Amino acid sequence: MSRILRGLVIALTVCLGGPAISAAATPPQASECAACHGANGMGNQASGFPALAGLPSAYLQAQLAAFKNHERGNAIMGGMATPLTGPDMAALGDYYAALPVPAGPVPPALPAGPGADLAQRGDWQAGLADGIPSCDSCHGPGGAGVGAQFPRLAGQPAVYLAAQLNGWRDGTRKTGPLGLMSAIAHRLSPAQISAVAAYYAALPANTANGAKP
Amino acid sequence: MKSAKLEARRVLTLALCGAAWLALPNGAARAQAPAPATFSPPGEAAMPTGPFGDAVKLGENIFRNTPKYAPQFTGNTLSCDNCHLDGGRLANSSPMWAAYVAYPAYRSKNKKVNTFGERLQGCFRFSENGKAPPLDSAVMVALESYSFWLATNAPTGAKMAGRGYPELPKPAQPPSYQRGQVVYAQNCSLCHGADGAGTAAHGAVVFPAVWGKNSYNWGAGMSTINNAADFIQANMPLGMAGTLSAQQAWDVAAYIDSQDRPQDPRFTGSVAETRAKFHDNPLSLYGTTVNGHVLGATAQ
Ligand code: HEC
Ligand code: HEC
Ligand code: HEC
Ligand code: HEC
Repeated sequence: MSRILRGLVIALTVCLGGPAISAAATPPQASECAACHGANGMGNQASGFPALAGLPSAYLQAQLAAFKNHERGNAIMGGMATPLTGPDMAALGDYYAALPVPAGPVPPALPAGPGADLAQRGDWQAGLADGIPSCDSCHGPGGAGVGAQFPRLAGQPAVYLAAQLNGWRDGTRKTGPLGLMSAIAHRLSPAQISAVAAYYAALPANTANGAKP
Repeated sequence: MKSAKLEARRVLTLALCGAAWLALPNGAARAQAPAPATFSPPGEAAMPTGPFGDAVKLGENIFRNTPKYAPQFTGNTLSCDNCHLDGGRLANSSPMWAAYVAYPAYRSKNKKVNTFGERLQGCFRFSENGKAPPLDSAVMVALESYSFWLATNAPTGAKMAGRGYPELPKPAQPPSYQRGQVVYAQNCSLCHGADGAGTAAHGAVVFPAVWGKNSYNWGAGMSTINNAADFIQANMPLGMAGTLSAQQAWDVAAYIDSQDRPQDPRFTGSVAETRAKFHDNPLSLYGTTVNGHVLGATAQ
């Protein structure tokens, strides 16, 4: 990232009031990250910046490494990740993984329709080899995330989710174990991508308050 | 279904790396790629309403989350759906619409003609490591209603394409625990865990157990390596079905079916006797010695 953009980012962070957590507890870069990912690490729905809070550290580190080595192509994040060393990535990953994910608000009616169907049941019309398992069967109930390798989808911005699925389809994102997500993204239609992205974006990132999507 | 054929096969035993391996016989070549399924079950939106609809819906719930909706008959954390994908709708994942119209039928497993209800009872006893629900119980009525509804307009007694799991050709080399262990580490442990116990998240089982106390028991169809190989090649890794070679599927099936799991409920008190009575089949490793350990002797 150019020095000007970097300066801009820092200036923006300062304008937004800076990170809420004391600088001592946070890696030095986190103040830059906060400009887009939020001081609480919950991202920015309107701009489509993903939440990082509560995602597994190993997953976050793998993504930062992938931005740096272009396995995951993104101009902004490529610039942000390039100066980071392995230990920097580890510190950032641990930091964001430990940030709490605020609960709710739970939507009054959970979204129904084709997005919900795909998320909960999949689409096996094409048979076993080309079928789409339900997203929840890997990302967990309500897309809440499973272990270190299956990230949370709930509450992420719809544009972000759709961009990732399209990224696997057009080859700009190559990451992920066993090529699972790439294979699945290639079987999704544009209509399915927008429906399922809208569905997960509408779910609360944290359902600890009892909501059962 | 397959056992009669198997019994007729010549058995060849060989020892490999200290483990007693039972190689596959030179039987008749197995069926090749299955004919494409032509039947499709009714869509979810067509589910009937009223008391019958309620039974169908309950049946679907039991099928998709057995430990929650039939806890009194379930002894592990598996659901029917874990082995019969897409709620028992999916061709080549042993769909219920194809099974429903295939009973009553003779089964060599218990040497009598079984009704569909009796077939379901076997699934609870073995695959679910639980207890057989009485034939007139609400659980059984619901599962039969659901299967009956999925089979709407299916011809009774006809051979349905897509029934069961497609039979794999016999492997070029005898199934190997060692090779299977490598296949498992590379393709399966991500989800099912290095210890086979599966993965839970937020209080729900996401990836089911493939061995250990929460998995199917030693009496289950899946505990014989041909059934496991057929299922795995057609269904696993989830989302990547059909990517393992037949040899890899046989090897990894032998690996998971060489691990400890719950005792066969027909256990007579002696592993050797139980093997002789119920596992006299080269494709069951129950009672054989693997890595110095007699399978079934310390069943969980
Ligand atoms: C100028 C805005 C901006 C800044 C500053 C920024 N990011 Fe990002 N970040 C993004 C965008 C946009 C994406 C989505 C990229 C994509 O679509 O692949 C993203 C994605 C990510 C992801 C992937 C999340 C996932 O769920 O896969 C990680 C991890 C990440 N950023 C970490 C950081 C860290 C750490 C910093 C600070 C060093 C940082 N970002 C700074 C905009 C920013
Ligand atoms: C077979 C398992 C599996 C299934 C089924 C699955 N996913 Fe994924 N998904 C993954 C894995 C693994 C990753 C992590 C990829 C990585 O490490 O880059 C992932 C990542 C993602 C991401 C990126 C998240 C982020 O924070 O950047 C999105 C978006 C996504 N999946 C959407 C979906 C949708 C939508 C479905 C259903 C249509 C689905 N997934 C079904 C395994 C799966
Ligand atoms: C651990 C995996 C597993 C689980 C769990 C499981 N099954 Fe099965 N099921 C199989 C296998 C393997 C076969 C075929 C093997 C055989 O013939 O013994 C089978 C066969 C069947 C059949 C006969 C199919 C036919 O075409 O003849 C029915 C019906 C059935 N299962 C219903 C159920 C129901 C209902 C449940 C839940 C209560 C269930 N199964 C749970 C693995 C499983
Ligand atoms: C991406 C995650 C994932 C991978 C990788 C995966 N499985 Fe599975 N497996 C599942 C899920 C989820 C189910 C249950 C399917 C359902 O309910 O729709 C399942 C079901 C099973 C079952 C039947 C249920 C049980 O627990 O006995 C077996 C056996 C099995 N898998 C074996 C394997 C083998 C062998 C491999 C490697 C070749 C493998 N799986 C790879 C996710 C996975």
